[in-house]
Amino acid sequence: MSRLSDERVTALHGAGGELMGKFLAERILPKFRLRAAGPIGLDELDDGAVVELPPGQVVVTTDSHVVKPFLFPGGDIGKLAVCGTVNDLAVMGARPVALTLGLILEEGFPLALLERVLLSAAAVLSELGVPLVAGDTKVMGRGELDGIAINTTGIGVAERAISDAGLRAGDAILVTGTVGDHGMALLAAREGFHLQTELRSDVAPLWPLLAPALACGGITAMKDPTRGGLAAALNEMARKGSVGIEIQEEAIPLRAESRALSDLLGISPLEVACEGRAVLAVAADQSEAVLALLRGHPLGREAQFIGRGIPTYPGRVILDTGIGGRRFLEMPLGDPVPRIC
Amino acid sequence: MTDLPLGPFSLRDPARACGLVSLLRRYAPKDPVRIVHVCGTHEMAIAQHGLRTLLPEGVEVLEGPGCPVCVTPTVDLDRAVKLAEQGAIVCTFGDMTRVPGTRVTLAEARAHGADVRIVLSAADAVDVARKNPHREVVFFAVGFETTAPGTAAVLLDSPPANFYVLASHKLIPPALSALLAGPPIRIAGFLAPGHVSTVIGARAYRPVVERYPVPIVVAGFEPLDILYAIALVLRQLREGRAEVENAYPRAVAEEGNLRAQDLLAQAFAPSDAGWRGIGTIPASGLRIRDELVRWDAARAFPIEVEEGEEKPQGCLCSEILLARAVPADCPLFRDPCTPLSPVGPCMVGSEGACNVGYRYGGRPSL
Repeated sequence: MSRLSDERVTALHGAGGELMGKFLAERILPKFRLRAAGPIGLDELDDGAVVELPPGQVVVTTDSHVVKPFLFPGGDIGKLAVCGTVNDLAVMGARPVALTLGLILEEGFPLALLERVLLSAAAVLSELGVPLVAGDTKVMGRGELDGIAINTTGIGVAERAISDAGLRAGDAILVTGTVGDHGMALLAAREGFHLQTELRSDVAPLWPLLAPALACGGITAMKDPTRGGLAAALNEMARKGSVGIEIQEEAIPLRAESRALSDLLGISPLEVACEGRAVLAVAADQSEAVLALLRGHPLGREAQFIGRGIPTYPGRVILDTGIGGRRFLEMPLGDPVPRIC
Repeated sequence: MTDLPLGPFSLRDPARACGLVSLLRRYAPKDPVRIVHVCGTHEMAIAQHGLRTLLPEGVEVLEGPGCPVCVTPTVDLDRAVKLAEQGAIVCTFGDMTRVPGTRVTLAEARAHGADVRIVLSAADAVDVARKNPHREVVFFAVGFETTAPGTAAVLLDSPPANFYVLASHKLIPPALSALLAGPPIRIAGFLAPGHVSTVIGARAYRPVVERYPVPIVVAGFEPLDILYAIALVLRQLREGRAEVENAYPRAVAEEGNLRAQDLLAQAFAPSDAGWRGIGTIPASGLRIRDELVRWDAARAFPIEVEEGEEKPQGCLCSEILLARAVPADCPLFRDPCTPLSPVGPCMVGSEGACNVGYRYGGRPSL
């Protein structure tokens, strides 16, 4: 008999058959503490889950996650897949109520690794008290997929949903912590760079941090700066709100390691993903109160005012560079590549 | 030099930047001047920190042929594509894979099944060769005196027999001379590239200055380094001097890195080289020495490629590489030419003037 750690995903696992069913039922599902948000949940293995929602506006979001490497400093693809979706709900102002999880696996993917990433997904949900209500597994042949892809769909409820289009001139812009940690940590960890840093991904669920700030009021727009990083989030807020944004570069919280790595690779930490940060626009008179609430939570200790909405340059972001120059902060184009020299 | 408020390791200090801005104003020229740098990293730093908004009226700083990817001629690129299509593993720097050749980019060749790999150094390419002993592995070597010593080092370290170098390295001082020798374009002074200068030394620019009297100031890459170097150029102009000055002494020695120079001399001999958009510049390239011929891809796999189209219709890249134009002068800039669908090489290389101009918001006066 082979040990679990040697076992790998086979085509049989995805055939709706006994093998994966047994693995999930024995090793994985028990780790998800909450498995229903209504009369029919995961345990019933029915064709769908029945979810009972509290009053409010219902927010639904879905995201498919692929990441290399699967395990990275500070997290893994399982934690990322849950955080990505519950954070999209949180920046809409919605408390996460239920989550579904779809797995697509490449034949040969180690079961021990699968167990590990699903356990970390489960840990985030337990911490948040959010049930996993439905799931699915498919297996693709060798070479048809690069290891693993995880799709999660989240259902949340907001008292009043916050869009990313509500920014007004005069609003304060805040970030909840250091920028670019996730993207820079992944770049450093990526095979071939031979870089050793203390950088860790910031991947974390944002709801516990944002809930008190939302209750305080005054938030006019909110985004999580994932793909494209802070630069993309700010540009989107400026475009959708048809206002300008002026940012003080030296106010943006950055880890020294990110700064150094950025200088080394020629990749801006403002253009790479965060997975546990939010950008908030807040009415000026409530911004101090919101900042104080954010700083009161461990995830928001390094929250910072970084700029404000301005009536000029609608749709554009202006960066006051630390040394007194000014430039536009543009929408990033795509995956950054390191420079030559 | 006592009036230059530059201390070590406070290279992004706003107060010092303010001091340098006053200094720049003090040396501000009466007539407009055009200062040229030849380094993508300088262009990045200038754009990233918004330095052009800090320069006095009439002082223009342009990027010349400073982006290694941009100046790599199409024939060399086509040769690399062909080698990849014929079954070799072609390793090169990331940017190089996106530059349009006559038919395709290396990335497109890869999409059609060729084995093209992105590496960060020549040594990484040697690793690929060691791991694939039954394949031919070609390192497409581009870059200036900064990356060339890395290529030289692996060539001189008995690399595996299945490893080859397609050498397309370029040298900076001959390019400066070529810019000055061409039709008059009123280059008032140069910022010499800091990285290249750490290798070749400040002294490498003396022959240029002796022949063409313009100030050449070696500049570092921190925003204050660059402002300081520009101030030194302006001061020379004000005082009617044309000398080589080293504004980056913490990294650049007068004689440069002798070990690296020695490696270069052992592995390569100077040769005439084609620069995309500019043409052939005498003694501006590096040919692999005959003793190392067995690793020279150009001679191991003689491939005929036709002289390709260097300049798409309407593209101003050659004027931009010659510091005669800025990206905004180009009718194709931003529409249709963008980093996602580049027309000319200056939009491809992340250090190209057009690419940097696009990503960092052009040159607005904010």
